[in-house]
Amino acid sequence: MKKVLAVVLALAMIFSFAACGEEKASAENVVKIGVYEPQSGDNGAGGKQEILGMQYANSVKPTVTVGGTEYKVELVYADNESSNDKAVSAATQLIGAGCSVVLGSYGSGVSIAASDTFGEAGIPAIGVTCTNPQVTEGNDHYFRICFLDPFQGTVHANLAKEKFGAKTAYCLGQLGNDYDQGLINYFSEAAKALGLTVIPESFPEGNSDFTSYLTNAKNAGADVIFAPCSTSYAQLIIEQAAAQGINTPLLASDTWDSNVILAAANGKDLDIEVSTFYQEGANAEFEASFKEWINADSTNLANNGGNDTLAAVSVMGYDAYFVALAAMENAGSVEAADILAALPTTTFTGITGAIQFDAIGDAVRDSAVIKKANTTTESWEFVATQTVK
Amino acid sequence: MSNFFEANLPYILAGISVGGQYALIAIGYTMVYGILRLINFAHGDVFMVAGLVMVYTTASMPMFISIPLVIIATVALGFAIERVAYKPLRSAPRMSVMISAIGVSYLLQNCALYFTGGLPQIYPAIPFLSKSITIAGATTKMVTIITPFLTIALVIALVLFINKTKVGMAMRAVSKDFETSQLMGIKINSVISTTFIIGCFLAAIGSLLYFSNYTSVVPTSGGMPGLKAFVAAVFGGIGSIPGAVIGAFIIGICENIIKGLGYTTFSDAFTFVLLIVILLVKPTGIFGEKATDKV
Amino acid sequence: MLNEKKNKTNLYIALGLLVILYVFLILLDNVLPQNNFVLMLVPVLKKSAIYSVVCVSMNLLNGFTGLFSLGQAGFMMLGGYAYAIFSIPHEQHAAVYQYFDGGAIQFSIPEALQNVLGDFGGAFVGSIICIIIGGLVAAGVAALIGIPVLRLKSDYLAIATLGFAEILRAVFQWDGLGRVTNGSNLLRKYTSFSAMKIGNFKIGTLFPFLIATICVIIIVLLINSSYGRAFKAIRDDEIAAEAMGINLFKHKMLAFVISSFFSGVGGALLAMYQTTIQAAPFKSAMTYEILLIVVIGGIGSISGSCIAAFLYIACNEWWLRFLDSGQFFGLSVPFFRDGFRKVVFSIVIMVIVLFFSRGIMGDKELSFTGLINKIKARKEKKGEVA
Repeated sequence: MKKVLAVVLALAMIFSFAACGEEKASAENVVKIGVYEPQSGDNGAGGKQEILGMQYANSVKPTVTVGGTEYKVELVYADNESSNDKAVSAATQLIGAGCSVVLGSYGSGVSIAASDTFGEAGIPAIGVTCTNPQVTEGNDHYFRICFLDPFQGTVHANLAKEKFGAKTAYCLGQLGNDYDQGLINYFSEAAKALGLTVIPESFPEGNSDFTSYLTNAKNAGADVIFAPCSTSYAQLIIEQAAAQGINTPLLASDTWDSNVILAAANGKDLDIEVSTFYQEGANAEFEASFKEWINADSTNLANNGGNDTLAAVSVMGYDAYFVALAAMENAGSVEAADILAALPTTTFTGITGAIQFDAIGDAVRDSAVIKKANTTTESWEFVATQTVK
Repeated sequence: MSNFFEANLPYILAGISVGGQYALIAIGYTMVYGILRLINFAHGDVFMVAGLVMVYTTASMPMFISIPLVIIATVALGFAIERVAYKPLRSAPRMSVMISAIGVSYLLQNCALYFTGGLPQIYPAIPFLSKSITIAGATTKMVTIITPFLTIALVIALVLFINKTKVGMAMRAVSKDFETSQLMGIKINSVISTTFIIGCFLAAIGSLLYFSNYTSVVPTSGGMPGLKAFVAAVFGGIGSIPGAVIGAFIIGICENIIKGLGYTTFSDAFTFVLLIVILLVKPTGIFGEKATDKV
Repeated sequence: MLNEKKNKTNLYIALGLLVILYVFLILLDNVLPQNNFVLMLVPVLKKSAIYSVVCVSMNLLNGFTGLFSLGQAGFMMLGGYAYAIFSIPHEQHAAVYQYFDGGAIQFSIPEALQNVLGDFGGAFVGSIICIIIGGLVAAGVAALIGIPVLRLKSDYLAIATLGFAEILRAVFQWDGLGRVTNGSNLLRKYTSFSAMKIGNFKIGTLFPFLIATICVIIIVLLINSSYGRAFKAIRDDEIAAEAMGINLFKHKMLAFVISSFFSGVGGALLAMYQTTIQAAPFKSAMTYEILLIVVIGGIGSISGSCIAAFLYIACNEWWLRFLDSGQFFGLSVPFFRDGFRKVVFSIVIMVIVLFFSRGIMGDKELSFTGLINKIKARKEKKGEVA
């Protein structure tokens, strides 16, 4: 009995701590922006880079003036652990914290899983890099500032056909990952329309042996390998492709636009081309100060993968923050409902270009940057800007 | 014919290599099970921790110091787990010990998650092992070729150790009959500790080889290889070291052939199908001794 | 005579508390202000009700029948999928099964009933039917798996059921079944808890509790029946039980199938809670989590499992979140970063496993009269001292 009592008391204590911790009274006006991102799990690395962009944006512009009142912008974080079953409680945490608008998430599956929770609470969400059409489809509270999978898939199909003259494409994605499977599906559709043979295969979560998949690709006579998976697996694929001496061009989506990939590909004889939102070097001034900010703090540096190469998702995170502020200014209010109403008419010209939303809530974007990994200098090289009509 | 060979050699090579690495983990399972009748669920996670220790040590010291350090740290971890989590439960029901093992596995994974911050850690390239070589038209890493030989050499050494030394004899006695051997004056705790030390030593070597091949360590890296190694141990007949090794090679090769045939969705599930089939057809495994309390 | 009276008092107190709980849940949904506390409490309560069902079902197998099975996640997945597949509204099929031509099953039970019974009636009855289907599918598969697997004992049974759960997961992710399971992609847009409302009167939080109460009561009745006594006899000594004329295989099978049925029900509720379902999260880690909850609550205690389910979910998803935030009472604590919560959590679990292996309740049940008597006894003791 004593034991039980002790446990109950201990829990009550923790509980009261938690309650105290959450309710911080503040005199100044604060508006809270929820950061709904994975900070662990398969997409932890990407999520952290996306958060970096938001944090940097927050350091650049920590206040917003709405209707003549200056509000301090506070970022509230919730880790969805890259997992759909944690999505609801992570989302609720943000709603409970009183966020006016939510940014994220990296990875479409978790965004879809949390969508209804945000919808019921009437809080608008702005997807930063979740490209699956299902995120915004059929609801009016989810918006996004990036391009979509059908577009990105078509870009890659064209690239495979035109640049590499491919006849056979091998696709490799993670089982149960909506992002991977969605892109592969749209790539296949577009590629088949162009007369290519497509061989899609999937690997289970947590897989680390890709040699057989790569051998399958080689034996199938694939001219390109399309692998839109998360960076954790991308590292392994690059490493093992190089070890097996397979130098079939690797095509990948925006997830691969990360310094993690550059580090993995360094010194290897591989041709890696990715489609992305932003090319490093396009805005030197912005980059210099962003890098300075990253280098100033060891935690940020670690979260960015140990160096200061900017990932496109970070830049997108930066833009998303400003879109949220623009929506508040546009609404003339910091209430969730007003922001929700104002978002469709909000426009903003960010680092990655002009952003405005269409009827579904998707950003109007018709071009993607294609870049290639330079494996000797560990940097990205600009290849082309692809547009699809 | 040569074309067929060239196309399929990579599957076999990958299979043999990964099989050898599973074998090194499987020995840890099979020895512990042989003595304690415990499925040490945490063994796969010890293997993962060995990988992480390597990542962190090479960041600050040269390779020739960090490799022995990894082995020592892994062995120490295995020893500590046994002392803290299993020894107090020696007289408890078997289910409690197994739950404790699951708890340790959960703890190790969560600690790894905390220290890595959820980011995959890149395994350092060990100069000799990570070199690429070409055999019969298939390019692969040196480690692929070395693994089976190293595994077999270690297994022979281990079998000799168990059959020729006094400690080995004590181990065999304990695995035959726990209580009686205790009455015969065998120091049961030191025998069990030795078992864990050997198991973890081999897991550390296995992790060096495995992660040289698949160069990224995440907190869940140990889960699947651990389960597969356990299946290998059951397949070969739990308690039997050569059985575990052969089981591991079979699983490694089959898994890669399955992937090669295009049933990639089922590459992990296949291992479990194999497990269930063997449990139903020959529960003692291929080399298992006849025991009455299993089925 | 005295015992019977005691039991009756217990029953009345339990019923009274249940009514209070239900009223509180209804208030929570409809009247109470939606502040931070209430907002977090609602999902935590829902999820813990769901986990109670699953944990109690696992306890039935592991704690009362002594069958150490680790297949829970697999059966939950079956239940969740069966629920989702039969309750996706017709017009959503094209969007959900976007890669598989709108899927093979083109009807939705809640939707069909909504045409007859109205919005709420259809959603309520329809989802209950779907939940039962979920349970039945899980039970059916369990019956098939049970034939070979239940011949095995202790850890072999554990590893075989674990294996089956993994195989099931792979089958559900297979593209070949994509027209039914949507391959490895999400199923969504089916009836969830938020559909449980009559006009503006919401019972979304009450609903999982209703189902959970029914499930737990059925399991308690089962355990106290002659079957339950047979289960316990098997747990305590198989050979003796067999000698007493208990058909081992039949009873083991019964326990396995019933436990799986309720796991399936739990899975269906979890699907409703999550609003999307996918095979990927139903891996062995989920089973381990449930097992650990059962251990915390006490192996062989139904009320223990329910209490532990609530404590576990609340700590994991709510109370201990501050350990990850880097802040403590406004102070910044550098080692309070991502994942620290889980480290603390797993240490607590290890401590329970090693030092309090009986868990919160041991194999006792929560008894209100017992509790009152104890408090009385303590007061008297204090009185004596004074």
